[in-house]
Amino acid sequence: MNALLDASGVAKSYGAVAALRNASLSVRPGEVHALMGANGAGKSTLVKILTGAVQPTAGRILIRGEQRSVGSPGEARRAGLLPVYQEPSLIPDLDVLQNLRLTQTPVEPFRDWVRELGVPALDLKDLARDVPLAIQRVLDLARALAVEPEIVILDEMTAALPADLAERVLDVVRQQGRSGRSVIFISHRFVEISAICDRATVLRDGETVGVVDIVPGVEEQIVELMLGEKIERRRRTTGPVSDAARPSDARPRISVRNISVGTKLHDVSFDLHDGEVAGVVALEGQGQDELFAALAGAARLSGGTIEVDGETLTMSHPRHAIDKGIALVPGDRAEALLMQRPVRENIALPFSAPLRRWGPIDMRRESEKVLGAIERLQIDTRAQGEVQRLSGGNQQKVTIARWIAADARTILCFDPTRGIDVRTKQEIYRLLRELAAQGKSILFYTSELEEVQLACDRAIVIFGGRVVDVLPAEIADEAALTRAAYGLARDAEADVGVLAQHPGTAGASP
Amino acid sequence: MTAYIRRNSWVIGLFALFVTLLVFTKIIQPDYDAGDFGSLVRAALPFAFAVAAQSIVIIAGGIDLSVASMMAVTSVTAAVLMNGASEEFALVAVPLVLAMGFCLGAVNGILIVVTRVPDIVVTLAMLFVLEGVALLILGSPGGAAANWLKVMIVGTVAIPGVLAAITAWIPNALIVLLVSVALVWIPLKRSRLGLSIYAIGSSQLAAFRSGVPVSRTKILAYALAGLFAAMGGLSLTMSTGIGAPIPGPYLMASVAAAVLGGVILGGGRGGIVGPIVAVFILRLVRTDLTLLSVDPNATTIIEGTIMVVVVMLGAYLALRARSR
Repeated sequence: MNALLDASGVAKSYGAVAALRNASLSVRPGEVHALMGANGAGKSTLVKILTGAVQPTAGRILIRGEQRSVGSPGEARRAGLLPVYQEPSLIPDLDVLQNLRLTQTPVEPFRDWVRELGVPALDLKDLARDVPLAIQRVLDLARALAVEPEIVILDEMTAALPADLAERVLDVVRQQGRSGRSVIFISHRFVEISAICDRATVLRDGETVGVVDIVPGVEEQIVELMLGEKIERRRRTTGPVSDAARPSDARPRISVRNISVGTKLHDVSFDLHDGEVAGVVALEGQGQDELFAALAGAARLSGGTIEVDGETLTMSHPRHAIDKGIALVPGDRAEALLMQRPVRENIALPFSAPLRRWGPIDMRRESEKVLGAIERLQIDTRAQGEVQRLSGGNQQKVTIARWIAADARTILCFDPTRGIDVRTKQEIYRLLRELAAQGKSILFYTSELEEVQLACDRAIVIFGGRVVDVLPAEIADEAALTRAAYGLARDAEADVGVLAQHPGTAGASP
Repeated sequence: MTAYIRRNSWVIGLFALFVTLLVFTKIIQPDYDAGDFGSLVRAALPFAFAVAAQSIVIIAGGIDLSVASMMAVTSVTAAVLMNGASEEFALVAVPLVLAMGFCLGAVNGILIVVTRVPDIVVTLAMLFVLEGVALLILGSPGGAAANWLKVMIVGTVAIPGVLAAITAWIPNALIVLLVSVALVWIPLKRSRLGLSIYAIGSSQLAAFRSGVPVSRTKILAYALAGLFAAMGGLSLTMSTGIGAPIPGPYLMASVAAAVLGGVILGGGRGGIVGPIVAVFILRLVRTDLTLLSVDPNATTIIEGTIMVVVVMLGAYLALRARSR
């Protein structure tokens, strides 16, 4: 069969580091083709090469059998290759219409696609910066589809989308395939891939290690290819550690009573005990951001109290939370890290930075702690110079490592596994469990529901700014969590859209 | 309509401030008349071109410290070219000088794009280089300007059908300013290049990914700034009749007026009308302070304070409007 796009022998090195060794990718007309690989496998580099953002050091790219150079995003566009990147590429200070003009996108087809993708009322005169992030991504997609490209490349398209938009997007992607156009689909979510993709190309360490047809049960094979070894996606078999560690009448570590924050969070109460990992589950924007900000001292309460070790706290600065041993690992790593500074400084920041201890920093003590933490988390520190050169997974580990080094008693993890690879995810679950076993307490917001049973003791479900349910891990499977997250009562049965048709995978994209 | 007002609220506010200041001037100095306004505009002319130059570059996400030096170079070049030459020769000299400014700006841009040295360093270096070049061209103030050029920015012109009392308040210098800025800005604003300039200032990565030729756009933004600087240099020669090789106080003034005019340092936002109105405001404030016989040493303190207060007030109002 004639390939629409055929890239082979693609390599890219930055100095001595090879980001891509020998990647190949062949996409047929009318195919939805998944591109998979652990973080750092070279997916994003390959995408950048295909879309002209980066020049390959070697390799050949054929489009419809003709050799094409894609020297710039503009050229790639003319060759019929259009990407939708993870971060929206609308110009924030231009309105939507100007953004269309900038890329010479016809307006009417754009409007049609916007409608098709289910975006509610959109004023084309709105500045892009005033459009919510999730909608921006959809507009990005609509803009790409409007020029009828031969191949659309979607990088983690559904990652930040609310479920209803995600479904529309997946529907549209499937239709693209039927109408003879091709889609390269990058995702960490097997649910989506098995629902819409025809084939998958798997990358490992900068090389293409396999191309597989998507058939039921192929997930295991893909994971094997990605990791190069058999790993078990095992459930945590040990019962909740906390049962043994915590007498039921013990005073809770943190006790949240009737707190409200602004208009987003209302009357939320729960306890967090030493030695437990409590999951927080919610659809996008249900008040979980505010909850974590409040606990970390970064948002003011408009009602209620937070007690830590039995003592009511008024926090007006993150320092107050940190002093009490409460540390936040934010979802956006860029919020936590000094991107241009080395790993060591980033880890040492919380305990070396306080000004109240005068005099020089005790370097020996510092490096002891830092090395300990690096060891423990197995952070890949080859790129010592600047944290921004580390892969996403390693950056995430640094944000956690700093609080382990600082010996925080409570860690608030806000979606720490977003966009990182399976192996690092496993390491993070294991780490959270270990910390809990040492008597630390962890509040763990996750957007991937399967993580609840992999790492948590129970799940606190928030909907519309209120706690709607608390489920013990044993019954917190994805279906139950999804129903709860949509605010449905525990025993009610309900359809949650297209993904619910795949048993046991309902709503993996809240 | 409301969207138009909302989006241009900053410029409208500046206009209101300017009119208020005019009224205030009339109150403290009842014989302030059209003639005084004419000389205000004439004095503001080089500042207005300087801020136009600076605004384009800042919108594109850069900064140009060589604006005043470029004005000096183009001013002395014009004065030397026209010295002893015929009136008609000025018709050649003017485009030549404008092209020179365009090229000087392009050199700035090319150096920034090719060497990847930060814009602030490149244009700082150019500030010194061009200062020397201006002195090499003309060691001390001198040269000449064609008469028709000098006359062009003096007095007023009668517009048929409009009352003389109104045309008296439309000095020729203002018409020259508006026409020359509009000739560059309006087509630019409507072109893809104009969008691209905003785009690279707003988010270079997103612009690159949208297929904008980032380097080319940046070079053109600096070149256009050079063009405006050349207009400023010409206006200097036009108003004084000679060329002065030492750069005037236009660099800091251009940054100040750009900021006051609603151009965000860092790029992507603002326009060119606001900064030009801001130039007039800053000049008029200076006039008022003189009229009020405020200690000249305190004048700059007051000017600085006004700038900070106005920008803070603007940010506060924007914040309140958004939270509502």
